[in-house]
Amino acid sequence: MLFKISIKNIKKSFKDYAIYFFTLILGVSIFYVFNSINSQTIMMDVTERTDEIIRLLEQMLASVSVFVSFILGFLIIYASRFLMKRRNKEFAIYLTLGMSKRKISFLLFLETLLIGLLSLGVGLVLGVFLSQLMSVFVVNLFDADMTKFTFVFSSSACLKCLLYFGIMYLLVMLFNTFSVSKCKLIDLYHASKRSEKLKVKNPFLCIVIFILSVMALSYAYYTVTIGFSNLDTADKIVKPIVLGVVATFFLFFSISGLLLKVIQGMKGIYYKGLNSFIVRQMSSKINTTVFSMTTICLMLFITICVLSSALTIKNSMQNNANALAPADIQLTKSMYVSKAEGYTEEEITDSKVGIRETLVQAGIDLEQDVKDMVEVGIYQTPTLTLRDTLGARFEEVRKQYLFLRYDAKEDIMKVSDYNKIAQLYGLEEFTLKDDEYMVVADFKSMVNVRNMGLLHHEEIEVFGKILSPKYEECKEGFVELSAQHINAGIILVPDEVAREEDLKIDMLVGNYKKSSKQEKIEVEEKLLKKLGNTNIFNNTKIDILNASVGLGALVTFIGLYLGIIFLISSAAILALKELSESSDNKERYRMLRRIGTDEAMIEKALFKQIAIFFFLPLFLAIIHSIFGMLFANKILEIYGNEQLLPSILLTGLFLVFIYGGYFFLTYICSKRIIKDN
Amino acid sequence: METILKVEEIEKYYGHNSSLTKAIDGITFTVDKGEFVAIMGSSGSGKTTLLNCISTIDRVTSGHIYVKETDITKLRGNHLNRFRREELGFIFQDFNLLDTLTAYENIALALSIQGANVKEMDAKIKEVAGQLAILDVLEKYPYQMSGGQKQRVASARAIITEPKLVLADEPTGALDSKAARMLLERFEYLNEKRKATILMVTHDAFTASYATRVIFIKDGKIFNEIFKGNDTRKEFFNKIIDVVTLLGGDLFDAL
Repeated sequence: MLFKISIKNIKKSFKDYAIYFFTLILGVSIFYVFNSINSQTIMMDVTERTDEIIRLLEQMLASVSVFVSFILGFLIIYASRFLMKRRNKEFAIYLTLGMSKRKISFLLFLETLLIGLLSLGVGLVLGVFLSQLMSVFVVNLFDADMTKFTFVFSSSACLKCLLYFGIMYLLVMLFNTFSVSKCKLIDLYHASKRSEKLKVKNPFLCIVIFILSVMALSYAYYTVTIGFSNLDTADKIVKPIVLGVVATFFLFFSISGLLLKVIQGMKGIYYKGLNSFIVRQMSSKINTTVFSMTTICLMLFITICVLSSALTIKNSMQNNANALAPADIQLTKSMYVSKAEGYTEEEITDSKVGIRETLVQAGIDLEQDVKDMVEVGIYQTPTLTLRDTLGARFEEVRKQYLFLRYDAKEDIMKVSDYNKIAQLYGLEEFTLKDDEYMVVADFKSMVNVRNMGLLHHEEIEVFGKILSPKYEECKEGFVELSAQHINAGIILVPDEVAREEDLKIDMLVGNYKKSSKQEKIEVEEKLLKKLGNTNIFNNTKIDILNASVGLGALVTFIGLYLGIIFLISSAAILALKELSESSDNKERYRMLRRIGTDEAMIEKALFKQIAIFFFLPLFLAIIHSIFGMLFANKILEIYGNEQLLPSILLTGLFLVFIYGGYFFLTYICSKRIIKDN
Repeated sequence: METILKVEEIEKYYGHNSSLTKAIDGITFTVDKGEFVAIMGSSGSGKTTLLNCISTIDRVTSGHIYVKETDITKLRGNHLNRFRREELGFIFQDFNLLDTLTAYENIALALSIQGANVKEMDAKIKEVAGQLAILDVLEKYPYQMSGGQKQRVASARAIITEPKLVLADEPTGALDSKAARMLLERFEYLNEKRKATILMVTHDAFTASYATRVIFIKDGKIFNEIFKGNDTRKEFFNKIIDVVTLLGGDLFDAL
């Protein structure tokens, strides 16, 4: 009997709460897809090193999954509590008919179980199919070749889904049982009689709160963008965040009070068509939903920022890796190390030997595999630090950039050495007069710092010679192969200035003679094995590409995973709220119809209401995100931000599809709910 | 006299062949401009079905209903909605006011869904509110008003658009006797001063006695019809009671 009732209840609510089921199914399938990444790589031809990255990716996604399951858990508990509340009248009937609370709990238990099994089943099937699509994306991301297409099913991901969602549903069951055991019949009865009390807020107070929140938000925005340089320690970011959250809440709070007053003032608009009805509906709802509006706004904000930052990082990284690692291999050896730096006697002796000689000693004939080889040196002197290059500007710079290490020794290179590298890399070459120096750098913040000194023609002393800058700014350039713009600055000096005893690093850069990817990998593996016994460090293009692809994939997956989960959670909360509003307001729409309102007019009114509820938080979230992205951009500077636009467009696409999809689904379902039968 | 409503041989059946219920079984009558007609009958007599058919909320099985020259049984969709908002005014037993709007806004809504000029609204609303003695509750919400006030606001909403016909479904059903008397006096006033044509369904003889004509319905047919003529309300009330007694007493225990 109970089983029959619960099945009937589900069937009944399936119509009204299709969106809830839809979200559960989506949640399960996304959970499955992101946890089955490992098995998707089966069909790829991956190298050992890519495999390592995938393992790391798997571990990261596993821990993110725990976080995601918390979010989904909250969403499910929120939604089921919400659906429970709407069924108070039904419970009251059961209770008056003499059903015990235990039986009602059992009824709910059965319902949750059925819903859980259903959503898990459908979600897993959907997830398995989606993961096939995903694997194409994975292959693409890792630049791998698809060797064979196999239909993959990950039993571990499936088990994980069952476990995590099982726990969530169990919690929901406990929660339901708890709230049933707590409820009183009299309260349940009163719950069905909605006494609509409209709290009218003091408009003057609202205006004051509105202005204060706008000011607070502006201040928070200012702090993270223009005032960015003052955020030198991590804890200082907490203040603008807290300020932003609080201001968002009060902004919605005051808007809810002002909306009515402002539009009411415009009589021509207020009394046009159903506008008065819409505005009243809105303001009666917004009073009670300020909190959820705030939550949704902030969740959307996080979604937008996470998605677009992740996509930016991924795009830039792939582009950067090709541009910033223009040679195949770079070998370096530290020269003239000292005891003070913590080296052993043996190492000190070894460091007096040049890199070519070391190679010969180790029996490695580099010429055999490597062409275009260039040898250059990097010099350092204790008398030339970052502080020294800034000269008289030091105090001014330090005020802005507190956190820099001003006593670090500067890298110095002979201009002819640099030109050799530049020629190999295809970069700009330079010439210097006897008394000139210049700086090459590509890390933007450091470029800014250095330009302050260069602009004022600060002279420096290198190995006893006074040099003045040739250019008023840093020139773009780098020496180390890398995936990012990390060259904080190398000082180029005329060749005769450099002294051999100040050589710090002896460097060899070149390209492999072999041209195919596979052959290069083979050569490199042999070479690196032999180098293992020496004090020579290596830096290769293959490594950099692998790492950047891996990191890019990592960031993309986590960004997508979190972004989508946040997006569907916030959209689902809104959708559920709107749907229940629609069924609460069924009677009102019936009345409008009875006094002769056109169906089109009613639909328009419904559309407007839902649209405002969906897009008001989104609007504020977008404004937040503009500043959030500006902030993220500064932090992600080393990755380069030239790829911002496409990732914002892609994020927009996600928003339009998922959020817009929920919006239309809500509108269509609401329309069906308010239809007169 | 100009005929506003003409009901011609209408029938309304519920159910299928095996269990057919004739809610309305061939009713014909007319209402002239400026009349105040009450339709009386017990529950199940078909009076509410009749009103629903006239108000286009329900459809007849056969027969025709004309409001002025329009056959409303032929109207569909948005024509129906337009007819309803432009030609008819409704007063319901449970008021049907929107609880989120003030009295003023509730009345204004009837005008705004017709696309009426906003500038003229205020004067019209004030005038009708004055006639219905609700000027002092215009800024209140339904939950702040008494039942009688709510029903007068609903009445104001019904007549503000100057409909050809005002349909009232048990308007005093949810009111106490004092509020009912006040409302009915307003109806009389609207009928005399604004020349509003009112068709009211009720099961209460006292309420019916304010009308100028009473039509009695039993088992979906017209049973009797009496006119007030030059009688006082008291005399008319007694006549109604006589018919009610004649009808036989399973209802009208309200007496």
